[in-house]
Amino acid sequence: MSEAFTKSMARNIFFGGSLFFFLVFVGLTIHTTRELPERDHRENINEMVVLGKKVWEDNNCIGCHTLLGEGAYFAPELGNVYTRFGNSKEAIKGFIMSRPVNGIPGRRSMPQFNLTEEELEGIAEFLKWTSEVNTANWPPNIQG
Amino acid sequence: MKFQSQAVAKPYFIAAIVLFIGQIIFGLVMGLQYVIGDFLFPAIPFNVARMVHTNLLIIWLLFGFMGSAYYLIPEESETELYSPKLAIALFWIFLAAGVLTIIGYLAVPYATLAHITGNDLLPTMGREFLEMPTITKVGIVIVALGFLFNIGMTVLKGRKTAISMIMIMGQVGLAVFFLFSFYNPENLILDKIFWWWVVHLWVEGVWELIMGSILAFVLIKTTGVDREIIEKWLYMIIAMALITGILGTGHHYFWIGAPEYWQLIGSVFSAMEPIPFFMMTLFAFNMVNQRRREHPNKAAVLWALGTAVMAFLGAGVWGFLHTLAPVNYFTHGTQITAAHGHMAFYGAYVMIVLTMISYSMPMMRGRAAANSKASQTVEMWSFWLMTVAMVFITLFLTGAGILQIFLQRMGDSPQNFMVVQERIQIFYWLREAAGVMFFIGLMTYVASFFVKGKEATLKG
Repeated sequence: MSEAFTKSMARNIFFGGSLFFFLVFVGLTIHTTRELPERDHRENINEMVVLGKKVWEDNNCIGCHTLLGEGAYFAPELGNVYTRFGNSKEAIKGFIMSRPVNGIPGRRSMPQFNLTEEELEGIAEFLKWTSEVNTANWPPNIQG
Repeated sequence: MKFQSQAVAKPYFIAAIVLFIGQIIFGLVMGLQYVIGDFLFPAIPFNVARMVHTNLLIIWLLFGFMGSAYYLIPEESETELYSPKLAIALFWIFLAAGVLTIIGYLAVPYATLAHITGNDLLPTMGREFLEMPTITKVGIVIVALGFLFNIGMTVLKGRKTAISMIMIMGQVGLAVFFLFSFYNPENLILDKIFWWWVVHLWVEGVWELIMGSILAFVLIKTTGVDREIIEKWLYMIIAMALITGILGTGHHYFWIGAPEYWQLIGSVFSAMEPIPFFMMTLFAFNMVNQRRREHPNKAAVLWALGTAVMAFLGAGVWGFLHTLAPVNYFTHGTQITAAHGHMAFYGAYVMIVLTMISYSMPMMRGRAAANSKASQTVEMWSFWLMTVAMVFITLFLTGAGILQIFLQRMGDSPQNFMVVQERIQIFYWLREAAGVMFFIGLMTYVASFFVKGKEATLKG
């Protein structure tokens, strides 16, 4: 780099630029959190949805699945599983309940988590709520 | 070694390498589970293997970053470390916390671990990369505070250089943004938005400061180029990293419920994120070309050039590949993401830590400047084995990802996730083979520490 361009000029660009864009980012984030209620329908977050998120976390579901495209890529996307399963909470609960303890020979299988009826209802409610978030039309189709 | 206390970095680097080995072993387990679905089931389900794989990576990189700072800060500050005893105490605390957490993952079901570690009181677990129990997170914060205090006090009593200031800013940023891991709202969407304040602002933000500072330090030492020139480059690189990277966070906000304007902001700014990495490549090659001395540690110079190139390819090119919103609409959450993640982490952060280890370890083991030629030859073999293996892992995952997208999301008759996974198995087999090659490279790397011989000398 040329001699006329000094280290202190570079330093000022670093501090000035970083600070400016960080402030813009904070501003946009605040704006986003204000817009979110319209998109995430938080009025529908009831006790069961809260319980479901806790069950989701306590069993590390994100370790295999994606949820709105984030997580592991070993098992299907679950952001739209409620719709994929025909808008049926019972189908979701039935699938989780019926996983064989020792897996399926040669194939990937979800572990048997021995969830209670209440936990199953919670996870189904949580996935139903997630499927109703406005995600700008993602995923591209029902397969997730 | 100019100051005795720099030697506290040695246990940090040894722990980093040992945990690195563990990380790769679990990577191989996961790779096999991709093709033999019931491998180790139900003893070690995929999610457990993955948690161990990614958390070990984070832990050992943090060991590497801290070790690098403990070596670099005293030398830059021209004074002994404020408290070597504190550094050693924190080492054992961090190692115990890390190892106990990994044992916890493997010994009991995750839900049990969550229960016994009090996740009901302050739920922070079960989110990607932040799976560690809340108490481990508290431990990380305590270690980080002690560490920052130690290197901060060292800088305060000594010379203040741009390199040490940027290192400290990077480490402070790392600690500050980690605090967002304690924020886990009941609203998944809010949770996701601020989860990225840890993950993105780490790897595409403050970690780049740490990387830049280590690279600049090693280049000053090995090339003898004037500090003014090196530090000017460093400022411009990290300026571009944060100018593009902060708003680049937007590329994670496309499809998780945030407003649509992020599609434009995220696309534009993250499309520029390759720039700082490209500058890093130019920087490393320019400095080596303008070198004023022949440093006997050729292996360290190779790692420094390697990390600059691979970070550009992995973070820059493979990141750009799927960062524009219209492309990301199809690639989001597929093997393309995995491909990018592997090469970016290896190129930017694994290789920068190995660069620092390669440069500093010979001195900490009592040599004047470098290992023997024989040892360096083995180390350079390990460089090529691991790097080429990682290129293939990335290419095979990219192949898998393209087919996955086509079959599952773009073709005329989109197919079910599991059906598609079966159809693209050949790529997962090839990825696993490349993974074995990586492991052989890693073993070669470890072996290089045990190769004896007469020390390579200046102009030798």
